[in-house]
Amino acid sequence: MAYEGDELLEEFTSQEYKYGFVTNIESDMAPKGLNEDIIRFISAKKDEPEWMLQWRLDAFAKWKEMKEPKWPHVKYPEIDFQDSYYYAAPKPKKELASLDEVDPEILKTFTKLGISIDEQKRLSNVAIDVVMDSVSVKTTFKEKLGELGIIFCSFTEAIKNHPELVKKYIGSVVPVTDNFYAALNCAVFTDGSFCYIPKGVRCPMELSTYFRINEAKTGQFERTLIIAEEGSYVSYLEGCTAPMRDENQLHAAVVELVAMKDAEIKYSTVQNWYPGDKEGKGGIYNFVTKRGICLGDNSKISWTQVETGSAVTWKYPSCILKGNNSVGEFYSVAVTNNHQQADTGTKMIHIGKNTKSTIVSKGISAGVSNNSYRGLVRINKGAKNARNFSQCDSLLMGDKCGAHTFPYIEINDKTAKVEHEATTSKIGEDQIFYCNQRGLDNEKAIGLIVNGYCKEVLNQLPMEFAVEAQKLLAVSLEGSVG
Amino acid sequence: MKSVAKINYMLEIKNLHAKIEDKEILKGINLTVKAGEVHAIMGPNGSGKSTLSSVLAGREDYEVTGGQVSFNGKDLLDMAPEDRAREGVFLAFQYPVEIPGVSNINFLKTAINEIRTYNGKENITAKDFMALVKEKSALVELDPKLAQRAVNHGFSGGEKKRNEIFQMAMLEPKLAILDETDSGLDIDALRIVANGVNKLKSKDNATIVITHYQRLLDYIVPDFVHVLYNGKIVKSGGKELALELEEKGYDWIKNELQEA
Repeated sequence: MAYEGDELLEEFTSQEYKYGFVTNIESDMAPKGLNEDIIRFISAKKDEPEWMLQWRLDAFAKWKEMKEPKWPHVKYPEIDFQDSYYYAAPKPKKELASLDEVDPEILKTFTKLGISIDEQKRLSNVAIDVVMDSVSVKTTFKEKLGELGIIFCSFTEAIKNHPELVKKYIGSVVPVTDNFYAALNCAVFTDGSFCYIPKGVRCPMELSTYFRINEAKTGQFERTLIIAEEGSYVSYLEGCTAPMRDENQLHAAVVELVAMKDAEIKYSTVQNWYPGDKEGKGGIYNFVTKRGICLGDNSKISWTQVETGSAVTWKYPSCILKGNNSVGEFYSVAVTNNHQQADTGTKMIHIGKNTKSTIVSKGISAGVSNNSYRGLVRINKGAKNARNFSQCDSLLMGDKCGAHTFPYIEINDKTAKVEHEATTSKIGEDQIFYCNQRGLDNEKAIGLIVNGYCKEVLNQLPMEFAVEAQKLLAVSLEGSVG
Repeated sequence: MKSVAKINYMLEIKNLHAKIEDKEILKGINLTVKAGEVHAIMGPNGSGKSTLSSVLAGREDYEVTGGQVSFNGKDLLDMAPEDRAREGVFLAFQYPVEIPGVSNINFLKTAINEIRTYNGKENITAKDFMALVKEKSALVELDPKLAQRAVNHGFSGGEKKRNEIFQMAMLEPKLAILDETDSGLDIDALRIVANGVNKLKSKDNATIVITHYQRLLDYIVPDFVHVLYNGKIVKSGGKELALELEEKGYDWIKNELQEA
């Protein structure tokens, strides 16, 4: 399928992605550091209206008063927020660096994964909005979506072209002061995706954003806002990879979802950012705030995530079930290997009557990693007949890793029914040997066993994503047994 | 390969010793198996029957401390477990392992393709594979629904054993080792499993049936019966040896050995 901008997209993405090296795009960079002037610079660069700048400055003022959260079960060196660049925009001109710069380990991983933007494009009906560093390079399928009244564009464009929608909903699900990283994002976010599905429209394709972190030492602060009007449906895919990097990179995104009456939003993520090397050097810090609100009756929000990357992950995609009969779902696979640390889970806040939530979390720990599930199920007073089912499974590989579960349950209404199941198991030598005896080597065996263990979650992913996720799981756990 | 006689053995075990942790279990096993033969290995509990099957399949818990095993002229002990399987050694497990979330079909397709790749063949087509599933599941009277379910997950004891034979039928090994396949089977399941094994028998493959009881051998008639006791094969004979054992019990062997 040929579409406009195809070549441009390819020029910008496939090559560098395939080999994973840093593209020397002449950057328009803000000076290092964080202060009001930097925020003005970012806002000016993006030609933003005054209200947007003011919103950022307010957020910055509040952020300065806030403290980094210390409760997550993760450890990392103090981040110097003044020692980072907060804006880098690629110019439409490319200069390729040498292949020799790439860590052969990373090259091998890319080859093994066999994923490229090219391959993605071959998958039918996937529109790709590539976020390279901070500025969206190109949005495809825009015209087709436009016919249906669907808006799918970069956040910057949305501020320009649909200010009334942005103004109305930005910060409405994740308030500016929600947490330290969300506030930071509000102050310095550079771009992201915006999606609006009008009343009664069923989005005919999976909307997909391919995020990349590209510029050395550039923290990336995206924002995503998805609004599904009454009776609409959208499935959104987010996939991430990053090239080798020695310095730790901070990533603090904010995602807000709004589902009106009878609307449904399905949000799927496969996250494969650089986890650091085997000794735990380098890797991405992924501190993300994702939250959706089921504002209208009978609405539904479903989060599915497969998290294999990042050195440190701090992420709790959540649902506020405000509308009566609304449904929230969270399906998660979180893999940690070597020195990776993940503290991830969800929050399900039941406010409306007959609201239902389902949590299925599959943690896999290998190496010397630490994997924590942290989840909150809250049934507010008046949330009659609320239901929750939670299942938290942990799989351990080897005896030097850790799996932790922190479930919080707050029930303020007697009619609630809340179920929680948890299991911890070790990947069995017996299972591996059984596979060996049928002709499968250790790598294949582990891939198969792990994919089986994660099946309930992988089943929730759109087909094309599920295939990629399966490969990713196998690659992430390579060499972790035997 | 140095072979004394010109006989082409499929499996040739010479003076095999093996231990687990510090305990020596196999104390010098000698056994030769030719294509087309069915061998039964019998013995009391703790004699080393399951150890022998595990060592042949390459389970890591056991350490081979002496002896040689050649399989179709190749050094079996030098191969990784998956390569032994790819060379055509199949072990029907005494306790088949559950793999939740992985369908039998997917598992077998992966296995078949791994084996085919090793042997320089292309992957099986989806059509051929499904035809094979249909044919072989009928052979072992396996409910086609079980083929779709996760590997052994939630199967009854009998279903698990039948599934082992189904896998064996699908993978068409050269040498099948049935490790106490009869244990825990009722008489009907036993008959079905044995029928499956008999139908799969050909002049090109061989079977080693490891069992405690003679019962299975009413259905799978062996060409040779060996008695394993205290880590050694102490007696070999024809199928009548199994009947004698059944009649006289293992004490007969023990006493005979003590007298000697």
